[in-house]
Amino acid sequence: MSLSAPLARLGRTVLGMLAMVGRVALFAISTVTHLFRPPFYGREFLHALLQIGWLSLPVVGLTALFTGGALALQIYAGGSRFNAESVVPSIVAIGMTRELGPVLGGLMVAARVASSIAAEIGTMKVTEQIDALVTLSTHPMKYLTLPRVLAATLALPVLVGVGDAIGIMGGYLVGITRLEFNAAAYLKNTADFLEAWDVISGLIKGAVFGFIVATMGCFYGMHSGRGAQGVGRATKSAVVAASVLILAANYILTELFFSA
Amino acid sequence: MIELTDVHKAFGSNKVLRGVNLSIPRGTSMVIIGGSGTGKSVLLKCILGLVTPDSGTIRVDGQDVNTGDRDAFLARFGMLFQGGALFDSLTVWQNVAFRLLRGSLKRPKLEAREIAIEKLRRVGLKPEVADLFPAELSGGMQKRVGLARAIAAEPEIIFFDEPTTGLDPIMAGVINELIREIVTEMGATAMTITHDMSSVRAIADNVAMLHDGVIKWTGPVAQMDNSGDPYLDQFIHGRAEGPIEAVR
Repeated sequence: MSLSAPLARLGRTVLGMLAMVGRVALFAISTVTHLFRPPFYGREFLHALLQIGWLSLPVVGLTALFTGGALALQIYAGGSRFNAESVVPSIVAIGMTRELGPVLGGLMVAARVASSIAAEIGTMKVTEQIDALVTLSTHPMKYLTLPRVLAATLALPVLVGVGDAIGIMGGYLVGITRLEFNAAAYLKNTADFLEAWDVISGLIKGAVFGFIVATMGCFYGMHSGRGAQGVGRATKSAVVAASVLILAANYILTELFFSA
Repeated sequence: MIELTDVHKAFGSNKVLRGVNLSIPRGTSMVIIGGSGTGKSVLLKCILGLVTPDSGTIRVDGQDVNTGDRDAFLARFGMLFQGGALFDSLTVWQNVAFRLLRGSLKRPKLEAREIAIEKLRRVGLKPEVADLFPAELSGGMQKRVGLARAIAAEPEIIFFDEPTTGLDPIMAGVINELIREIVTEMGATAMTITHDMSSVRAIADNVAMLHDGVIKWTGPVAQMDNSGDPYLDQFIHGRAEGPIEAVR
């Protein structure tokens, strides 16, 4: 075997990855441009809003509740090492709104929604329903992709906001029942230290993560391979890609918003 | 009139169409036959623009299919897909009236529903079926719904992709008769792809055989049995021996 063979393989892999990044970017740009060109399918948008937003509330709420509670316990345990137990309310609030609310909310929605979108659109592709849409003079990007991407981009900030509130409540419940905080003092401490930008930055992250989740679900669904295996692979790829991109985007946004 | 001139299409190294020449006169029913994997569906999708040919021209009434208003072009077509391709999330009547509920052919919802029910009746389905979902229907009923959707907007050209695949012989016969009746009464140009010889005899005015990426034989269905073409003879008689290589 030639010594250059591993390098050639590496080169092919890198080129393949760059090509994939390019395809995803073009797909995302195409989705956005359809927003400004009629027709717009309002009924499909409302249906997607229900599926992505409303029906994700339980999973996002429960995740936030337990995370807020666990966060309060961890901060209390860490803070007690240098007599800083009183920071629990403020750190729970800041941690939930800036990081854990949007990131965990995004990841949970990625697991629930990106998989469901990729499986649905992938199945439509292998059963020729996408071709049928085209022959019925309906653009699949407008009918399938845009409503889902728009709904996720608008729904995620709302889910993150609700998740933030529930997460802070989780910390509050643990604080007053397990850590012997005074209820009024806990709430006052939370309100005093929480700034509007903490919340707003988390909501902006939520919108970006929503866009990522739905775009990945639609992209992999539209490019699904044949048969059950093809749809399964598309579903798995959508969730993995959405999760990794959410974490990467979170770092970039955190740098943008909070670096000194 | 649909005219294909020297149409080529390859997927990677697999050359599926190697210079297809075919013309389908207006108001006639052309059936394309050929073995599995010979590119019949690709040919049909090339005409619709679902697959872009590598070279060659496809014209419908003299106009290149890749130029002009795409919506207006597609509005002239109806298509019955092999598996029905019904939208799972929509009820039967919403599937049938899909084109009438949006786009340039949009009608009021009640009117669209009435048309859908009328088309369902035309393909032998009762109005009660209208509010069911596709998953609640048998394979034969799904084909009928697909047929109703294909004719809902009264298209000038109708494509049928393997219309009888997966159906029992009686249901296949019913679908064949329906297709023949509908095409005749609408005066539409029809193009069917199939390897079911009973469909060919029931539906076709003209037949074309696709093999090795080219049209091996084309002519009126009445001349099919006496064509003298060894490929066609082997295919229509289902013989393992002959110029078409049969994988055992």
